[in-house]
Amino acid sequence: MRDERALGAVPGWIRVGLAAATAAQIAWQSTHHPGQASAAELPPAPSAEALSLAAFGERALLARLVMLYLQPFDLRGLDYPRLTRWLASTLELDPRSEYPLFAAARVYAEVPDPARSRIALEFVYRQFFADPDRRWPWLAHAALIAKHRLGDLPLARRYAQAIDRHTRSRDAPLWARQMEIFILEDMNELEAAKIMLGGLLQSGAIDDPAEARFLRQRLEALEERLGRKNVK
Amino acid sequence: MPAAILARFVLIEARRGGLPWLAAGSLLAALSLAAFLSQVAITESRALQVAVLAALLRACAVFLVAAQVAASTLREINDKGMELMLSLPLSRSTHYLGRLAGFAACGAALAAAFALSLLPWAPPGAVALWGLSLACEAALVAAAALFFAMTLAQLVPAIAATAGLYLLARSIAAIQAIAAGPLAVDSIPHRLARVAVDGVALLLPRLDAVTRTEWLLYGAPSGGAYAAAIGGLALYGLLLAAAGLFDFHRRNF
Repeated sequence: MRDERALGAVPGWIRVGLAAATAAQIAWQSTHHPGQASAAELPPAPSAEALSLAAFGERALLARLVMLYLQPFDLRGLDYPRLTRWLASTLELDPRSEYPLFAAARVYAEVPDPARSRIALEFVYRQFFADPDRRWPWLAHAALIAKHRLGDLPLARRYAQAIDRHTRSRDAPLWARQMEIFILEDMNELEAAKIMLGGLLQSGAIDDPAEARFLRQRLEALEERLGRKNVK
Repeated sequence: MPAAILARFVLIEARRGGLPWLAAGSLLAALSLAAFLSQVAITESRALQVAVLAALLRACAVFLVAAQVAASTLREINDKGMELMLSLPLSRSTHYLGRLAGFAACGAALAAAFALSLLPWAPPGAVALWGLSLACEAALVAAAALFFAMTLAQLVPAIAATAGLYLLARSIAAIQAIAAGPLAVDSIPHRLARVAVDGVALLLPRLDAVTRTEWLLYGAPSGGAYAAAIGGLALYGLLLAAAGLFDFHRRNF
């Protein structure tokens, strides 16, 4: 233990001064309540190279910290082109991080404004091609948003088509690759859906008997619908 | 063995100087910050926790080692303890290398403690490689701090020089990538700058390639890449030790 003199050795004015300075500091800080970051405060996105320099080698950490920095910005009025540049730089910093695509597909695309939602979805679509086997879940979600939230079936089909054509990973479930068929059905493009489904069954890509049975039933239903349509 | 005795003295001094408590405090602070940030993340909370913890513990280990080496060495020089030690029938090389071995052992102990704290969040194999890499990195920082402390003989300049070397070594790859960017205007000043940056890079270790958080997040690196990274550290450590010995042999106390 350090050898110390008694408290009484400290002059009274210093004790009062210390207490007053502490109280003043607490009072001053209590008047400052940081609110939600305003959308207008989002600065231009730095380049991935600049972020890489600032990371001092800790790219994975900085990528996630940047996402935490972006998170509190008020979504209303947020400059989406600028936001997607931030997301692109972050993804370039750590291409294996799922955070930027998760935020784009699940947060920034799910806003009531369709124009801004489309910007976020297009970001997911563009980034998908850099690593389709890892990024297909976010494009699948984007297809669902395009279909159900935006009601834009051609857009949803474009995303589903990209998943079907570019994903080679065995981790990607068949439902993700079959999305295009179901979207075509919704678009009443029954002939195209039938050809795709038939091709899928014939290709032998489906090794699960239950799944093959389900898809065959689906093909039969499609043919039935097509028959009824042709009769009309 | 005289060098081993000197190394042991260094370890005892570090223990009595409160280094274990500082390490425990760093661990607690890093765990708290990682827990807080993982709570505010909307995805990858576990990855964020590991990344924060690994990066902070790495920085703490390096800072603690550098500060310990510089403070201990300069205190000994200023208290004339170094002169007393030199009067013993030991060669200067034994003095220097024994001391360096002690500081490297301090770094290894810190690396082991910090790596163990990562075990609940990352695969043991990746943690082991990360910990070994941190121990080597701490040894290199100890060699740099010892060199600068002996050469500059002032605490603040010694720590500043060590920090400067360390940060530059961690960012030199990014600086080179920026200098070689395709968008830069191809002019004589730009070419000169590129040559200068490449020249500086030749004199630095590749610290961005070691103790990588990515190993803990995405799996251990390939054996070749890991061996190359650690080999580079060992080589630079030898260079610093040789430079330190050169300066120490020439110095008059």
